[in-house]
Amino acid sequence: MTTLLLSLSITAAQILLGFAMLCAASRMLRGPRAQDRVLGFDAVYVNAMQLLLTFGIQTGRIIYFEAALIIGLLGFVSTVALAKFLMRGEVIE
Amino acid sequence: MIQAPDLPAWAALLTAFFVLFGAIVTAIGSFGLLKLNSFYERVHAPTLGTTLGIGALLIASVICFSVLQSRPVIHEILISVFVTLTTPVSLMLLARAALYRDRSEGRKDVPANFSTPPGNNGRG
Repeated sequence: MTTLLLSLSITAAQILLGFAMLCAASRMLRGPRAQDRVLGFDAVYVNAMQLLLTFGIQTGRIIYFEAALIIGLLGFVSTVALAKFLMRGEVIE
Repeated sequence: MIQAPDLPAWAALLTAFFVLFGAIVTAIGSFGLLKLNSFYERVHAPTLGTTLGIGALLIASVICFSVLQSRPVIHEILISVFVTLTTPVSLMLLARAALYRDRSEGRKDVPANFSTPPGNNGRG
């Protein structure tokens, strides 16, 4: 009974996170200016990280956690590089 | 694909609550990102999902894996510390870049640059 409840709530959480990713991707595609697109990209990778964590809880495997950690690292670096590009016009001066 | 690990009742209830809470908070944050009007309002919305949403999901993950492996599994704290440290840094850099771009275009709806003496080019 509680296992069924847990599986239903995990599936509902995945649907909600997919909706969140759709919202962020729509902001990334249509955002009026470049900084809106970078902000949408930031939200997309954070939501992808959370989706991987729910997959990890669902299957009980530890490997998804490492994928989520790598997404977090690369997403932070890319957001900082894009912000620097918007500020200066180049990434490495 | 509907499946779940076989947990005892209390752990299953706690995990279900935290997973659902984190996902709802994240969905609210991303919906705000889509719905708010100006960039400086939008920059606040996704941080809800980044801190509270990821925090709740990581608590759920800690409970689930600690019960499954019957020992404390706390390496999820790595992600939460990393995300809590990097989110303000990246969003502050992004907001500074947006402010710089808006000022260099001469928009009127952003505060002027106070580091220059007042009276310069009429808006200081």
